[in-house]
Amino acid sequence: MAGETRRVKVKIDQVKKVFDSRNGEVVALNGVDLDIHENEFVTVVGPSGCGKSTLLNIIAGLEKPTSGVVRCDGKEITGTGTERGVVFQQYALFPWLTVKGNVQFGLNLQGIKGKKADEIANKYIKLVDLQDFVNHYPKELSGGMKQRVAIARAYAANPSVLLMDEPFGALDAQTRTQLQEELLHTWDSEQKTCFFITHDVEEAILLGQKVVIMSARPGRIKEVVDVKISYPRNQETRMTQEFLDVKNYVWGQVYQEYLAVRK
Amino acid sequence: MVERIPNGGWLALSLLAALLFWTILSLIPSTSRSFPNIFLVTESIGTMMQRGVFWKDITSSLISVTSGFSIGFILSLPVAIVMAWYKPVRFIIEPWIQFIRNIPPLAYVPLVVISAGVGRTPQIIVITIATFLIMSITIYQGIKNIDPTLIKAAKVLGARDRDIFMKVVAPASLPFIITAIRLGTAVGLTSLIAAESTGAQAGLGMRIRALSNTFESSPMLLYIIIIGIIGLIFERLVKLLERRLTGWQEKRDV
Repeated sequence: MAGETRRVKVKIDQVKKVFDSRNGEVVALNGVDLDIHENEFVTVVGPSGCGKSTLLNIIAGLEKPTSGVVRCDGKEITGTGTERGVVFQQYALFPWLTVKGNVQFGLNLQGIKGKKADEIANKYIKLVDLQDFVNHYPKELSGGMKQRVAIARAYAANPSVLLMDEPFGALDAQTRTQLQEELLHTWDSEQKTCFFITHDVEEAILLGQKVVIMSARPGRIKEVVDVKISYPRNQETRMTQEFLDVKNYVWGQVYQEYLAVRK
Repeated sequence: MVERIPNGGWLALSLLAALLFWTILSLIPSTSRSFPNIFLVTESIGTMMQRGVFWKDITSSLISVTSGFSIGFILSLPVAIVMAWYKPVRFIIEPWIQFIRNIPPLAYVPLVVISAGVGRTPQIIVITIATFLIMSITIYQGIKNIDPTLIKAAKVLGARDRDIFMKVVAPASLPFIITAIRLGTAVGLTSLIAAESTGAQAGLGMRIRALSNTFESSPMLLYIIIIGIIGLIFERLVKLLERRLTGWQEKRDV
């Protein structure tokens, strides 16, 4: 799939974001340019505080850039939109709704109710393998299961772009590995443009067709690395020489930025 | 061993220990006049019934507390929402509430009486004020502390302001509303004595003050216990409500 020339889905153009803080202005992002192609899986790594979450929030429409423009399908993003779904690190499930209620939340807002909503919800609940937990409340689920619900919820609203902000960051290593494979599987069956933030270099390479390396504050794009390893990828991919070569390279680049932060 | 006794068993044990403690107090000469033994106190139910005030006092107090609480609750909801939603309103109103909240109701009772006269009205007003203050601040803080990522999650799924209010803010603040109800009923009861010092004709608080003039400690203790029992019943009712409405909440082990 990689290497094809495809339509630009999200175009980030000279985005700058400045926050006012008590100690004056903080430049979170400065001159960020990036093209995300249709159905592409782009991962973003960088030291904490490099503005990667800010960038995701801007694409989601939850924050506005100080200057610069982000376009989705050629249209300037001015707010949230259902064509852009988000999966948050903290799951952000509605605790008063069951698994099904959570997955249907977006559907109901779109006016899809009753049987149709049930069908769609069940499909995605099954996709994330939670069919036995349809009527459970979030409090009854483990962290990994909660994040699966969040993914199903995002998918059910049928966005064409899926934005993920360190979705597996709070999970244990084993669950994380499992969810990574599931996500790749889902991405394979339901093509979507994915923008995935992580601080885990291996995760970025395992998932992404492109790994965007961001520099320390003010956040800029340092380099975009093409990962030419073919899909399907799985945990064995991590052992291949090809993977290790990319990992060494990306890790070296990211490490320089970590050092920059420490200074 | 501790694990093997059922909860009901512990409750019975606790009650038994309290009775024992009470009996000891009734035997010690220096405390016996404040704590007549259980038989004398039980007997005083009959005395108060004979005087024709027992049920009147209980119903009068219940009417005052429930009406004052209800009005306080109905007022506190919109005030809390407006405070959480509009910053200018919050900045102006919150200091007032925080200021008045620390003043014991007994202090402003005379002022209420000057304007509202004596009778039922001032009682309800005093309880309304006290319960409104605690409930509005509790609900407001609950709404303010709603996890902002829940609102973000709703937004990215297509929720507009009205949806966010109805489908996120309202259910998310339900646990705080129930906490407010619990605190409100408790405050309603604790301000009863103050409320009934407004020249009330009947009532548990009014009667306790009246009995103190004649040093009748048995019915006084009886009435004090009745206030406690009413408090327990309220607490139970709130628990029931809580289990029905917010069973989805993560349990925090205290």
